[in-house]
Amino acid sequence: MDVYELDAFRCRELLAGGEISVRELTQVFLDRVEERDADVRAFLAVNGEEALAQAADVDSRPLSERTSWEGIPVGLKDVLCVKGRETTAGSRMLEGYHPPYDATAVSKLREAGLISLGRLNMDEFAMGSSTENSAFFPTHNPWDLMRVPGGSSGGSAASVSAGEVPWSLGTDTGGSIRQPASLCGVVGLKPTYGAVSRHGLIAFASSLDQVGPITRNVRDAAALLGMIQGKDPLDSTSVGFNEPIREPTTVDLSGRRFGIIKEFIGAACEPGVRRVFNLAVSAIEALGGECEEVSLPSTERGLSAYYIIAPAEASSNLARFDGVRYGMRTEGALDLMDMYKRTRSEGFGAEVKRRIMIGTHVLSAGYYDAYYGQAQRTRTLIIRDFEKAFTDYDVLISPTSPTIAFKLGERVEDPLAMYQADLCTNPVSLAGLPGLSLPAGFSEGMPVGVQLVAPHFADQELLEVGFALERELDVSTKPDGEEVAP
Amino acid sequence: MSSAWEAVIGLEIHVQLNTQTKMFCGCPVGFGGEPNTRVCPVCLGHPGTLPVINEKAVEYATRIALALDCRIAGHTLFHRKNYFYPDLPKGYQISQYDLPLGDPGHLEVQMDGGSPFSVGITRVHMEEDAGKLVHTGGASGRIDGADYSLVDFNRGGTPLVEIVTEPDLSSPERARVFLTQLRSLIEHLGVSDVNMEEGSLRCDANVSVRRHGEALGVKTELKNMNSFRFLQRGLESEIVRQIELLESGETVEQATVHFDPQTGQISTLRSKEEAHDYRYFPEPDLVSIELDEAYVEKVRRDLPELPAARKERLAHDYGIPMEDAQILSVNRPLGDYFERVACEFGDAKLAANWVTGDFAAYLNAEDLEVGESRVGPDGMVELLELVADGTLSGKMAKKVFTIMISSDSSAAEIVEEEGLGQISDEGALEEMVVEIIAANPEAVEEFGQGRSKILGFFVGQAMKKTKGQANPQLVNELFRRHLQRSL
Repeated sequence: MDVYELDAFRCRELLAGGEISVRELTQVFLDRVEERDADVRAFLAVNGEEALAQAADVDSRPLSERTSWEGIPVGLKDVLCVKGRETTAGSRMLEGYHPPYDATAVSKLREAGLISLGRLNMDEFAMGSSTENSAFFPTHNPWDLMRVPGGSSGGSAASVSAGEVPWSLGTDTGGSIRQPASLCGVVGLKPTYGAVSRHGLIAFASSLDQVGPITRNVRDAAALLGMIQGKDPLDSTSVGFNEPIREPTTVDLSGRRFGIIKEFIGAACEPGVRRVFNLAVSAIEALGGECEEVSLPSTERGLSAYYIIAPAEASSNLARFDGVRYGMRTEGALDLMDMYKRTRSEGFGAEVKRRIMIGTHVLSAGYYDAYYGQAQRTRTLIIRDFEKAFTDYDVLISPTSPTIAFKLGERVEDPLAMYQADLCTNPVSLAGLPGLSLPAGFSEGMPVGVQLVAPHFADQELLEVGFALERELDVSTKPDGEEVAP
Repeated sequence: MSSAWEAVIGLEIHVQLNTQTKMFCGCPVGFGGEPNTRVCPVCLGHPGTLPVINEKAVEYATRIALALDCRIAGHTLFHRKNYFYPDLPKGYQISQYDLPLGDPGHLEVQMDGGSPFSVGITRVHMEEDAGKLVHTGGASGRIDGADYSLVDFNRGGTPLVEIVTEPDLSSPERARVFLTQLRSLIEHLGVSDVNMEEGSLRCDANVSVRRHGEALGVKTELKNMNSFRFLQRGLESEIVRQIELLESGETVEQATVHFDPQTGQISTLRSKEEAHDYRYFPEPDLVSIELDEAYVEKVRRDLPELPAARKERLAHDYGIPMEDAQILSVNRPLGDYFERVACEFGDAKLAANWVTGDFAAYLNAEDLEVGESRVGPDGMVELLELVADGTLSGKMAKKVFTIMISSDSSAAEIVEEEGLGQISDEGALEEMVVEIIAANPEAVEEFGQGRSKILGFFVGQAMKKTKGQANPQLVNELFRRHLQRSL
């Protein structure tokens, strides 16, 4: 097995055992980026020299003086601010923008001693499900380069899947960690809303955005979540956990009750995906878990509510990109209004403009109640449905995505089809619940993920169940995309 | 104003709080300074930054709401008010909308020499201030037509409290007096510098006119009145304009209007038809504020003495006239000044007389704040002591005071330098009294005929001779004695 195929725990063991230096480890992944990224295009920018310098610095200190994760490489979705380094959110609007501060998640990884190899591609301002909305270039699925990696954290999922980094950070607003993780055959965790600080996460929809790990396995996801979680004085909506996140150890699911969300396995769900999902259900039962169908009727309106609330918040969050203080500004504007219009017309891509327009409309006088107000009421109903389900079940399960990775270009002209990709993840986001996507098998040679959902701040429970299920399923996450399981 | 018409006026007042830091970030609050030096990624609206509520600002705003007798909302929320302008870095202002911190309240206003009236307070809410634009080039000094504009974000994010009144003010004068007393109230609360020139107190006025008994007319909004006088004058001009329009059969257009204090002219800025749709929605980056009764009670308990209570106390404890107590309670620094002088000096009535009289007149004439005065409380005490010990007559003291306010000398020094001390030397005065009596036999005769009023003539002669420095009581006494004897 090549080193680049190793998860973060194994990398740490190699470092701890003195079998490899941090510089060598870093070089392994940089070489892998060199080898694969011309095809995958997960990275918007690689900072090899800086990473190697940081690695050499770690190497210069004896093992006994290092913290436990020091020297492990990581990739960062380009929506997390890194002080002094270009951060674009996948948009022309922020080309050349160098944030004057670190995102909290970034500074926590810095404190832990992780080494960032660079910034990962994404849909512009995290709006999209294929990474084709990146203003720079699309990212390709390592399992089939003709297919999308999902999105918006497509670069984060593809880079882990391709072995370019052992793990990465993504962000999830309506499925942007879980869906690409599912499509690329890796583990993706959207923590409970508020578990991780949003400070320094360039906002898409503030009431939904959450930072989370994309990893090769559940154990790594727990470790990375443990590093970034916590209440942050710079984010009033952050809460953190009462207990620190522990390494999951559960192997037996007996006594646990699982609800299969009926509404998420409807007509939109491909037969191949349903088949793999049924394998996951069988695996849970084999571990002693009880599975039965549960209906959450309000979730059928999840997509509709999501595509009102998220654009509404986005239309306001993206107002600051006006060409006045930072980022892009059109030259030669005639007056203030002309500068605003031209800067924003040229700086934003089509999907971002679409959502700004939808969001502006639904908040307008005379429409607010019918759209935004109604969507908020729907959101409350969805939250209640989940709460009710959790009185009977410990964990709710569904496919992560109704389909396997689709072909590049296939849905670009059809936004509604694109929005369907988040059918199973949107309602979970609206309810602020933790969701974990786990590789469960393959359909047409492409990975299929299963989504596990737990109550608020039961992220540890989610990781415990995920850990047991992952062991039972034993799905290959070999990054080459050459070998295909069952 | 033609008597057939009445004005309906409501005010919107913005008060900058003097907290240490801004509303949603840790930058210091202050006035002026090098542009863009009190800024950080949060108040510059950098991507990824989040607001965090300043607890002190909430406390200060609660003080204001309580002092205006408002109901304090147990559950209150920030909203985003969305609009584009270069001084607004996020493209929205974090403000409050349908769940303000405080609603229905009122303020009792005392008119000079008139009866008090009550002004309803519609709401009190919290928000953040915008930055400041400087337009260069162009004729209007506005952004349209400017060659370029510069933005200073030092002010951006300063905590603001907005106070909205009911349309309860029926004249420009009442509007001015209300604002003066509101300012005094807030000054007493210690939560703002309430300086109109520096913009820590700003006032917009909504005004309409109607014939008595008729329905409300169309209102216009007078923006940014930056002094109490301009508020009154601006309203007066606008009311005249509206009445003239209506009397000539035209209509008043709903608009924002601007008053030019130089020319006294009103100009229309923009029609309200083009008003923004601010697309308010709850600020998702903040959680709601829950103020429980214990908190509100604590803030209420800790409120400092307010003008109404101070007036009663000053009148009662110092035994000064109610009119003086009124003047001293409206202006907090003046009241503080008085209390220091009165405590040090002892004779509170004389102190009140001086502080509300010559001292207040001097501040008014020179347009000074109490703190800017050349005569501090200690200087005033020294002056009054010279009156009390007979060194200065009341009249002389006034003269000394006028020198004090234009020099850096103390009262004693002035008396010394100018030779202004009162002549109380009985021997010296007696000589002069005898001379005057000898020189005015007719007057002596009149005195003998029982016209005691003629005594005033003799005293006047003595004051004239001594250039007013003779101790008038003593001179009076001496004349009485010598005239009696000469009969």
